[in-house]
Amino acid sequence: MSPADRTDPRTSPGTPSPAAANMPAAATTMLAAATTMLAAATTMLEAWLATHERKELLRFLTCGNVDDGKSTLIGRLLLETDSVPQDVLAAVQRDSRAQGTQGEKTDLAFLTDGLKAEREQGITIDVAYRTFATGKRRFILADTPGHEQYTRNMATGASTADLAIILIDARNGVTRQTRRHAFITSLLGIRQVIVAVNKMDLVGFDEARFERVRDDFLAFAAQLPERTYYTVPVCAIDGDNLTGASERMPWYRGATVLSLLETMPVDTGVNQVNFRFPVQLALRPSSDFRGLAGTIASGRIQRGDSVLALPSGRSSRVARIVTLEGDLEHAVAPQAVTITLEDEIDCSRGDTLCAPDDRPTLSDRFEATVVWMSDAALIPGKEYWLKHGSVETPAIVTRLLHRVDIETLEERPAPNLELNAIGRVEFRTARTLAFDPYDRNRATGSFILIDRVTNATAGAGLIMSSEIGHWLDTAQGELRPSLSTVTNGEREARYGQRPATVLLTGLSGSGKSAIARAVERALFNLGRVAVVLDGEGVRAGLSRDLGFSAADRSENLRRAMEVAKTLNDAGLIALCAFVAPQEDARQRCRELIGEGHFYTVHLAAPLEACRAGLAVQNPLQRPTRVYEEADAGRVQNIPGIDLVYEVPTNADLVLATHELDGATCAARVVELLRERGVIV
Amino acid sequence: MLHTSAPSSLAGSEQFRHLELLEAEAIHIIRETVACFERPVMLYSVGKDSTVMLHLARKAFAPGRLPFPVLHVDTGWKFREMYAYRDRYVRDELGIQLLVHRNEDGIRDGVGPVTHGSRVHTDVMKTQALRHALDLYKFDAAFGGARRDEEKSRAKERVFSMRDEKHRWDPKAQRPELWNLYNTRIRPGESVRVFPLSNWTELDVWLYVRRASLPVVPLYFAKERPVVERNGTLILLDDDRFPLAPGEQALRKKVRFRTLGCYPLTGAVESDAETLDEVILELIASRFSERQGRVIDHDASGSMEEKKREGYF
Repeated sequence: MSPADRTDPRTSPGTPSPAAANMPAAATTMLAAATTMLAAATTMLEAWLATHERKELLRFLTCGNVDDGKSTLIGRLLLETDSVPQDVLAAVQRDSRAQGTQGEKTDLAFLTDGLKAEREQGITIDVAYRTFATGKRRFILADTPGHEQYTRNMATGASTADLAIILIDARNGVTRQTRRHAFITSLLGIRQVIVAVNKMDLVGFDEARFERVRDDFLAFAAQLPERTYYTVPVCAIDGDNLTGASERMPWYRGATVLSLLETMPVDTGVNQVNFRFPVQLALRPSSDFRGLAGTIASGRIQRGDSVLALPSGRSSRVARIVTLEGDLEHAVAPQAVTITLEDEIDCSRGDTLCAPDDRPTLSDRFEATVVWMSDAALIPGKEYWLKHGSVETPAIVTRLLHRVDIETLEERPAPNLELNAIGRVEFRTARTLAFDPYDRNRATGSFILIDRVTNATAGAGLIMSSEIGHWLDTAQGELRPSLSTVTNGEREARYGQRPATVLLTGLSGSGKSAIARAVERALFNLGRVAVVLDGEGVRAGLSRDLGFSAADRSENLRRAMEVAKTLNDAGLIALCAFVAPQEDARQRCRELIGEGHFYTVHLAAPLEACRAGLAVQNPLQRPTRVYEEADAGRVQNIPGIDLVYEVPTNADLVLATHELDGATCAARVVELLRERGVIV
Repeated sequence: MLHTSAPSSLAGSEQFRHLELLEAEAIHIIRETVACFERPVMLYSVGKDSTVMLHLARKAFAPGRLPFPVLHVDTGWKFREMYAYRDRYVRDELGIQLLVHRNEDGIRDGVGPVTHGSRVHTDVMKTQALRHALDLYKFDAAFGGARRDEEKSRAKERVFSMRDEKHRWDPKAQRPELWNLYNTRIRPGESVRVFPLSNWTELDVWLYVRRASLPVVPLYFAKERPVVERNGTLILLDDDRFPLAPGEQALRKKVRFRTLGCYPLTGAVESDAETLDEVILELIASRFSERQGRVIDHDASGSMEEKKREGYF
């Protein structure tokens, strides 16, 4: 290429360059003027910066199958936003002519397929990051491949993305991979998704076809946590509905992919509420300066704010927020700063600063969803390095709860997690971690696992919402030694019973308390000793601080179970009447009490019967008003109404309490206890 | 799975500009490296990217000094103005102890781009010299100013990029990088290259130079200079080690450089952009990539990738 071929801004003063075409008219005019009158450049630049320096940054990822035309879509986005330098385009044209993958046409996929080996195989094998900008925004695009075995790459790309584009081939509709993509993006916390139904030219630009694909997709997505989906019919190879409206699809009146990218609110997922500052380094350049350097993971901090160092629990105040250019009055996530404290408290890498009245969970046991990325499977009992914030600690897999079938979302028991599998795992760490659930705080709810032998990054973990709350904090058997001199045998002989906990679970109004009282009476008449714990009673005292969210319900149940366990330890029978809508929580009750002592009785009156007061009722108790309150919109999270009641699949006894009377139900429970040897 | 909606994004007034986000990310990466490695080093090439990276490192540890040395791998063929700038700004003004490493064997054998060609010169004086320096000082982490937008094979590079004991890069065995959690564990003999500017573009770098008022080598600004045109590239006649071929003529043209390397291997562009602001304006209007002037990238398609596998930075 000779220098004369080069586009020189000075030689074409009247025609703004294509890069300038993305700028608003005013800026374009300014730029054109600037190229002729460079003397005034600084003023022009000030003006340009004034409108453009505040460009937002949007990070997004693209996911699609090998053949969905994803590289073509990206290539066209880059091309039409004038992000491809001319010399690069010339090289791509040369390469694609040589390889002839698209006949005489330029294969836009060559713009993005960076590594030689992949180019020869015709597939993208890794995550590639590219940047481009329009007049409105600056973009970082993570290009991740779609084939099945590369779940790990997609999770990687999604971990830093604010938005995802999922490509679907209009001819094939929603496939296994599409479901995989939707699930993973949702799991990693991406809240906005553009679904690009591509290759519309190959289905004759058929509106009905597009609608079918869209409806199929949304039907699947309905099973996932709530996200925003925008569905767009496109033809990436020619650019229809990518950057400009398609004349060939006049029936689509929605926004193009590019205009969605430019106008959707940027939702970075950075939590701006809860201050968390994982200390990366303690800086001590001289004896009179001690600063804590780190990146604010979430929330904001101001000079003078009280802070608490975790896990030590020592408190102090922010004396200064130091930077090279001078102190700051306040700082917000994700700024990287250095904080000095008023008091000399012991605090170093791995510790977390937070606000005293807003603490993360502090624990060495937690449950997480894990995306497995290593050829060597995750196995219960195995130890890994776990990196969370600035902490790197040995961690052991204490339990593998289940594996998720990524296409059907079914949870299945599994002996291990293989490469690209996703599952729920319980961990115990050597060091205590300060964390929040991932869906509240991406920065403090995420971690990676590192193989202790190969040092490979073996998995990515998302700490689950604290629905499980303090279940895992519960001290385990060996930590609760019995100091009693009364033996279990002596208790059994005295009371004529073996200790047991009966969980009566069912919807509000299904007769839980009534039956528990009836059983208590029947056992008393038999000379046995039982105690009733019911939801209302526990909430009136022990759980006065709790509400009715799923997490609080779970915690309420846990407290009741701790009491039941104490009663059992004393040889008594605990009759527990709780809605207990979550299978996971009931399973934890069973574990806490101990197999062989725990019985689930499901009171299976249907919602309508409970609502109408037709199930077993205790004449001494007011009928429930909860449904009326829910109808009036005064209460939320009511199982059966706006919270799912997960029907027990392994109940020891099921009672149709809308068909049976209280005495019969109580007799059946007593019979169960007799059958299982609790009473004789 | 319970989905609790996390508090949403920043209020308008606190929305970060992309430069601030890039700056914070780079500082985080630099600090993480210092916390996790025993002997980090910052490679300093005297160019604009290196200058920005060095400034970010100073910010990361302020008010303290840099907790690692700064290394310049000198091929002996850099532009004279680069050496002058390096000594004046980095050594004298910032007071930073600069390690300068050269391949003495190469110098003894008289290896240079004019006599040996770009490939041999780059391999001996740059790639081998770098490997030798890293081995000599036993550095286990080396910061570099490379950006993903520079070249296609860089787009897939990690922020923490593993090198085996022979400094080789294996594009198939890269570690996934999630969130800002970097796996920094290595075995003895292995090392990492760390790229804090991975997500920056050329324009970002210039906007940042402007914002932080950083001095750069004057070669980035247009000035009438003696050049010769060879194979469509304008080469600056920086000293008398670049003999003209028969028929070639020294010209005086108003030129500047978008990237800086060894002068016989770095093409100039004709330009009137004499100031930083003019350079930025020219860049905004430009339709050519930055590495266009680099002779070494054009040897063959995919050539940068091959160099990296061999241990080129």
